[in-house]
Amino acid sequence: MALSFMKNESDAEDVAQEAFLKAFRKLADFRRSAKFSTWLISVTLKEARGRLRRRGIVRMESLDESAAESGHISPPLLRDWREVPSEALERQEVRQTLQDAIANLSPLYREVLLLRDVEGLSIEETATTLAVTAGTAKVRLHRARMMMQKELAPKLKNTSPRRRWFQCL
Amino acid sequence: MFIECKHVWAYISDYLDDSLSPETKDLVQRHLEHCEICSAILDSTRNIVVLTADDQVFELPLGFSERLHARVSEEIRSKPVQPREDAG
Repeated sequence: MALSFMKNESDAEDVAQEAFLKAFRKLADFRRSAKFSTWLISVTLKEARGRLRRRGIVRMESLDESAAESGHISPPLLRDWREVPSEALERQEVRQTLQDAIANLSPLYREVLLLRDVEGLSIEETATTLAVTAGTAKVRLHRARMMMQKELAPKLKNTSPRRRWFQCL
Repeated sequence: MFIECKHVWAYISDYLDDSLSPETKDLVQRHLEHCEICSAILDSTRNIVVLTADDQVFELPLGFSERLHARVSEEIRSKPVQPREDAG
């Protein structure tokens, strides 16, 4: 998660290590009503946000978000997009394409996608971590997934044009 | 009752999370049965969600654990654990 936020390994390690240390210092604040992993993720998220804010990155990107939020996302009209996820992930270029797409999302959408689809939190846990309502988390997640689909579907389809696409789920 | 493609697209994320009401889910499913385009969009979005989830496992940078242990050890040395008030 830190890597997706910071976009380079060195900064990501700084964030992850600092988050671990802050969690260690604040262990007494941990409430057993939440999962420990969810709490640790929220500490990491705050650390990453803080660093980006200090660099002025969040401020710049949030201007882009307001413009993007008013727009409508139309998915590319593709037929027979039926990739096999486990096989596709074996290819490094697919992994890189995926990471680039996540990194290029604006923070508002990257956060919700990382929490829900990468870290596997529930919608309720995602909403709590982001301090928004479940409805807001759902709307952001939908937009994030559609942005990913719009960006990735044409690229991933082209990575194996001779593959016979079929539905795996 | 039928719904148009653009309405189906608005429901894709909730459909994948199985969080639509039974009525809306039924409407979407009936649309998908005859719409190849929306079916492909649903399949691609679902597979990208699966790929994204698969991406969570990756190797830590070399020496990450050692560096973290060193920092935590330093933290413990600099701030000895205080006995809890209710201990004893």
